[in-house]
Amino acid sequence: MAGERVMELVRELHRAADGHLPPFRTEGLRQALEEMRALYERNQADVSEAKAGRTDLIFLIRFRHCCLLRNQRCVLAYLYDRLLRIRALRWEYGSVLPNAIQFHMSAEEVEWFNRYKKSLATYMRSVGGEEGLDLTQDIKPPKSLYIEVRCLRDHGEFEIDDGTTILLKKNSQSTYFGNSSTHHECVKATKESNRTQFTYCVSWSPLRCSVE
Amino acid sequence: MSEAYFPVGPGLGLEENFLSLDDILMSQEKLPGRAESALPRLALALGTGSAESVPEGSKLEIPLWLAKGLHDSKRRIISVELPKIYKEAWRTVFSADANVVDLHKMGPYYYGFGSQLLNFDNPENPEIAQTAQQSSEKMSWCNPNGPLDYCWTLQTFINRFRRIMDSSQNAYNEDTSALVARLDELERALFQVGQKGLNDFQCWEKGQASQITASSLVQNYGKRKFTEMDV
Repeated sequence: MAGERVMELVRELHRAADGHLPPFRTEGLRQALEEMRALYERNQADVSEAKAGRTDLIFLIRFRHCCLLRNQRCVLAYLYDRLLRIRALRWEYGSVLPNAIQFHMSAEEVEWFNRYKKSLATYMRSVGGEEGLDLTQDIKPPKSLYIEVRCLRDHGEFEIDDGTTILLKKNSQSTYFGNSSTHHECVKATKESNRTQFTYCVSWSPLRCSVE
Repeated sequence: MSEAYFPVGPGLGLEENFLSLDDILMSQEKLPGRAESALPRLALALGTGSAESVPEGSKLEIPLWLAKGLHDSKRRIISVELPKIYKEAWRTVFSADANVVDLHKMGPYYYGFGSQLLNFDNPENPEIAQTAQQSSEKMSWCNPNGPLDYCWTLQTFINRFRRIMDSSQNAYNEDTSALVARLDELERALFQVGQKGLNDFQCWEKGQASQITASSLVQNYGKRKFTEMDV
C-alpha cells in the first residue's frame, strides 16, 4: 500500500513519548522519497498519454497524486516534529548535548541546532542590559530570595559566579543569598548532574534541598 | 512530561492540522466505500488482489486520506459510507450507556474520525435526511444527516466526559491503565491533562512546588545512558 514506509516513521515518532528523540531513520526517509519519485515519474508518463486521449487513466493519475501528497505530508510532519523535539532539548538540556543524543540526529539537524543556539544566544544577549539574560536557566520564576542547600554527599568545592567558593560536604547545611548567580549555578549543577536537587527557601521557613 | 516540547495538536472540527502526527495517524484509519466506475489497476495499487481492474460497484476499504482525495460531489470515482460504528445500530448502544463502550477498540480516534466524516456528503435514509434538513438550513452544503451524526458523537462525548473528569481527578499515584483502556485518543489526552493538574496540585500541597529538580527529559536520558553502558 502506498505510504506504508513513511507511516512507519510517523508511528515510531509518535510512540516516542515525552519529547524523546529516536534515531534519525535515513534509510526509511530515502525509501519514502524514492517511492515519491517513482510515483511522480509514472504520473508524468500517464499525463502525456491522457492528454493524447486515454481518459480512463485520469483516475489513476489522481490516485497517484493523492499518494504523493500523503507522502509529502508525512515526511514534512516527521521532520518538523523532530525539530520541535530538538528545540525542546536546547531549553531543557543546555547548549551542549551529550553524545548519545547527537548520535540520534542527522547532520542537517545538528546544523539546525547550532543555528538555533546562535539565534537564541544573540537574542538573549540583546535582552536585559549589558551582559544579557540567560532565559533558559529560570523557566519558572523563583519563589523566594534565599536558597538553602544541604549536601547528601561530598561534592567538594563549588564556585559561584561572583567568586565565592562554597564547600559542599556531606550533611552540611547552609543558607545562601539566592541572588541570580548563586541560583544560576545551582540550576546549572542541577541540570548537569541530574541527581542534584536544590530548593528555594522561603525566608521564614527554610525548605530542604539536597545535593548528591 | 517534557515542558519545552510542544507538538502540533490534532485539528478541531472539519479541518485537520497538516503537520499533526495525531491527525496523520487518524486519517490512516479505513473507511468502507464503493467504486462508482471501473477502476483500472487499483486493486494492484491497493494491494487487495491481483485483478486487472476493480469492477464497478465493488466494495472497498480505503484509508481516510485516500477517500478525501478521490471524493468529489459528483461521485464519479468513489462513494463512501459511514462505518458501522457511526450508524443506527450502534446509536442504540450509545444511548443505553455510553460509558461501557470500548472506544479504543472502535478505532482509537473515534471523535476525530467522526468529525472528518462530515466532509463527505452521502445521503442515507430519507427520514434522517428530512429531519436534518428541517433542523438546519445553513448546513445544507454538507452531509444531509451530518448535523444529526455530529450531535450524536457530541452526545456520546458528553455522556462519557463526566466519568473521565472524575477518574482523572481522583486517581493519584495509582496504576491508571484500567481506567484509560476504553478511552479513545482524545479522551486519553483529556485524562492526562487532568492527571497533570492533580499531580501539580499535590506537589504544591507537599511543598515540592519550589524545589528545583532536573527536568524529566534529562532524567530519562540519564537512565538510558546507564542501561546502554550496562549492555
